[in-house]
Amino acid sequence: MFEITDQPLSLEPVVNAVRRSSSGAIATFLGVVRERTRGRQVRYLEYEAYREMAIPKMRVIADEIHRKWEVDEIAMVHRVGHLQVGEASVAIAVSAPHRHQALAACAYAIDRLKETVPIWKKEVWTDGEEWVGPPG
Amino acid sequence: MRIQVRCFAAVREIVGTGELVVDLPEGSTLAQLVDQVRAQFPRLEGLASSLLVSVNREYAAFDKGLAPGDEVALIPPVSGGGYV
Repeated sequence: MFEITDQPLSLEPVVNAVRRSSSGAIATFLGVVRERTRGRQVRYLEYEAYREMAIPKMRVIADEIHRKWEVDEIAMVHRVGHLQVGEASVAIAVSAPHRHQALAACAYAIDRLKETVPIWKKEVWTDGEEWVGPPG
Repeated sequence: MRIQVRCFAAVREIVGTGELVVDLPEGSTLAQLVDQVRAQFPRLEGLASSLLVSVNREYAAFDKGLAPGDEVALIPPVSGGGYV
């Protein structure tokens, strides 16, 4: 399951997408909009994706994970559009036979997603705004 | 040759649209395309040093040659932003 959606996110669908009878662990990550960023008060975030490239890049991350760890399934969903403080922007789940693989792979998935998947957020603060994207 | 250029985030706001069509001589490189777009939209200058570019949905080096029908995207890592 690799998706970009404009609908609210929750962990349950990504967890259900990775359930396998071989799994003994499902690790999850939920990214949420923080109230303060770099000392500024956030009013809201606006997320934008290059969808046709973002989904294949998510699949590449999953392939990398399968080469590094013994895991069963990986699911990643990123939200786009207007997000308020406290709303979830990204949900990831990784199932594996054992917890250490699931936890390590889940941490790797969110780090790589931020590095390589073309998704931007516009931070709109009470005193300005700025676009933030994949690091150059 | 005509190249489709997808624009996102800060680049999209400066260019005013999510998609441009750029006309270039056959055999042009990605660098030449970026120079042409930059000349057309001088406000992109502030982003130029940090801009990533993809061709057909893969990150690409600026010396990559372009072919008719390629889809290029301008991928700004961090924008200069601006205070309201």
